[in-house]
Amino acid sequence: MENGFPIPKTDKFPAGLRVLVVDDDPTWLKILEKMLRRCLYEVTTCGLARDALRMLRERKDGFDIVISDVNMPDMDGFKLLERVGLEMDLPVIMMSVDGETSRVMKGVQHGACDYLLKPIRMKELSNIWQHVIRKKIHEVKDTESHESMGNIQLMRNESDDFHDGLLPSGGNLGAVKKRKDMENGKHDEQGLVDPSASKKARVVWSVDLHQKFVDAVNQIGFDKVGPKKILDLMNVPWLTREHVASHLQKFRLYLSRLQKENEQKSSFGGLKQQDFSSGDLPGGFGFQNSISMDLKNAANRNFGYIRNEISIDNLEPKVHEGDMKGMVSFLPGTKPTSPLMGDFPPHHKARMSSQMDLTHSFKSLDQNFKHQPLESTLSTQKWNKVSMMQFKQPPNQEPKPYPLLEDDHSPLLFSGPKHHFQVDLQNSAPSTDLRTSLQVCNNSSSVKIRPLNTQCRSNDDRIEFPTGCTINSIPLATGSHIKNQEAFETASTVTLGVKNHMVAENCINNWEPVREKLTAGEQALPSSLEENSQSCLLQGDGCTEDIGYQNVELSDYYNPELIADLQAQYYDEFEFNCDKLFDSIENPLVDQGLFMAYPQAARVNFCD
Amino acid sequence: MDRNQVHRQVALMRQSFFDQGFLDEQFIQLEELQDEANPNFVEEVVTLYYRDSTRLILNIEQALEKSPLDFNKLDCHMHQFKGSSSSIGAKKVKSECTQFREYCKAGNGEGCMRTFQQLKKEYAILKKKLETYFQMARQAGPKEIACRPKPKLDICPDLEKNYVGWIPSRFRYTFSF
Repeated sequence: MENGFPIPKTDKFPAGLRVLVVDDDPTWLKILEKMLRRCLYEVTTCGLARDALRMLRERKDGFDIVISDVNMPDMDGFKLLERVGLEMDLPVIMMSVDGETSRVMKGVQHGACDYLLKPIRMKELSNIWQHVIRKKIHEVKDTESHESMGNIQLMRNESDDFHDGLLPSGGNLGAVKKRKDMENGKHDEQGLVDPSASKKARVVWSVDLHQKFVDAVNQIGFDKVGPKKILDLMNVPWLTREHVASHLQKFRLYLSRLQKENEQKSSFGGLKQQDFSSGDLPGGFGFQNSISMDLKNAANRNFGYIRNEISIDNLEPKVHEGDMKGMVSFLPGTKPTSPLMGDFPPHHKARMSSQMDLTHSFKSLDQNFKHQPLESTLSTQKWNKVSMMQFKQPPNQEPKPYPLLEDDHSPLLFSGPKHHFQVDLQNSAPSTDLRTSLQVCNNSSSVKIRPLNTQCRSNDDRIEFPTGCTINSIPLATGSHIKNQEAFETASTVTLGVKNHMVAENCINNWEPVREKLTAGEQALPSSLEENSQSCLLQGDGCTEDIGYQNVELSDYYNPELIADLQAQYYDEFEFNCDKLFDSIENPLVDQGLFMAYPQAARVNFCD
Repeated sequence: MDRNQVHRQVALMRQSFFDQGFLDEQFIQLEELQDEANPNFVEEVVTLYYRDSTRLILNIEQALEKSPLDFNKLDCHMHQFKGSSSSIGAKKVKSECTQFREYCKAGNGEGCMRTFQQLKKEYAILKKKLETYFQMARQAGPKEIACRPKPKLDICPDLEKNYVGWIPSRFRYTFSF
């Protein structure tokens, strides 16, 4: 027979691979079913993404791999992809007639292990079993690297890879793939080919395990969960805290996604929410989004006008800061944009960092020592880079900055979390201050991708922050910043409140004085430097209320004991951006920006 | 030999689909999938395609009646239709789809309308052709495909030499006579 289909006949392995095919097109469904059967796979077909999801949930461990169309009426294929990645941790192959780079990229970034173009060929399908194996191997690798690296950022490896591989903008799709292949090749050399041999190290979040996890979360209460607690409750001997932490992170992201979707489409997903909700958990995300939206608008409106005056004047305060911290000399670069976001983001960050304090206080010392020196230099460099970048490039609202910022962006994103580790490690006040300030900067720069350039809100913050963040709160005010400092100290009260699980009302109350102060500040004319810093606050003033809410809302969410939160938060922000951008017209520049912003987030999610 | 003539006719007709650009290799893929378990696989798929795509065409038609035109939606529908059309290898229809989507991107409503008319024409032509083809193929006789006639292959060595693609066995030995 000359139609030599590579039908596996003798080797048992790929035969019997359980494949779920999801496509709304019945014609393709029929064809794919036939093709896959020819490959001796066990095929289940499904015309609706929702049914597919239900099936996947019901038949626990019933499938090895999922093939899904991208465009489906009831649910975006990317969403399905995400959920499957999150809940079942199965490899997913996307397919579409559309080979547009941005679409494929989206698929890859959402965690698709392959992206097939229709018409799909039999030989492509006969080969899909490799993804099942590959995933297993990758999981092993991840687990191993976690172990060797201790508690350090789980996804660092991945992110670095991504940084190298993905940064060049444009159509470097091939590069990514190649890279991936190379990695796989490496594994093969290392003799990891046999999945069963290394199975012990692998964490598969089976539906059962996930259910245990969800039960644990519900039992603890969503606002109090921490990986450690969950781990204890789950009582699965081979599971480690890291596994739980990363899964928890995924889980939060998943919930946030769900929440967003519910807002858009209230008819759908009610059921899901029931499954996972522990009472009050979804509320916050929506809020956060709307707030950032508000801020965005506010920032847009005020941007141009403020920028001019401040960019010149602000050189002075930096000297104050410089006195306190060596690093601060880089800061002026970011000043110009400081008024943009007013005071909102710093609080945000401050809160995050204080969480970190708690998080790692129980970490062993030696680990801490190990990372300290390295991190600090890293952070310097990175910080340095950013500020240079910002110097070079006038703050600009157009999407243009994206490509330029790209380079800095990804290291920053991940340097953020690292710093958090240190904050509590060095308990001496000054160093903490330094760190915290860096954190703030780093964090904010990671948000830079947004057109509004939220990056590095306000130099002033930097001074105040440490006081807020370190619980010992050492007043570091330099004369001209008193006002701000007060404001921020109040802010940090909120932070602490969050930490202590104070009730929402308290937080709001705490915010009152700030607002008053801000209004008071409004009277002053922004003529001097001091006033400038006030004007930052003024700007934020419009949003003060929102800010308060945000902290409150988030307090429900973000538990002090979770590093993962950091990423989750990043992710939320990115997610927000990305969704928005993707929805808008496909602007290549925007795409690029996204492209840069997204990989990390996506990796964080899906690669552990 | 009446039956052989029909066979030959069927084969020629099939070839003309490719020669005239109505179908592409995907159709051959479908033919390859046809086997004992699904002896009418190609026809089934084509029927399914035409049944399902009427819905998609209707969607597009409705979307085109709206004013102003929602190009995003149109593009989305057309994407779906194109995906479907790729399943049977409807080459001409597919290229109209591509053209349509180009116009969508450009926001050219006029172009969309025109292309859509052309698309429907191609869609109908192909439908007619395929219907005739399957009918003739059925007439050509019982499904020899059920027992792939190995020895018969030897009768037409030329076919082996000039092999350009897989040809269903039931047409294979029409060449040998």
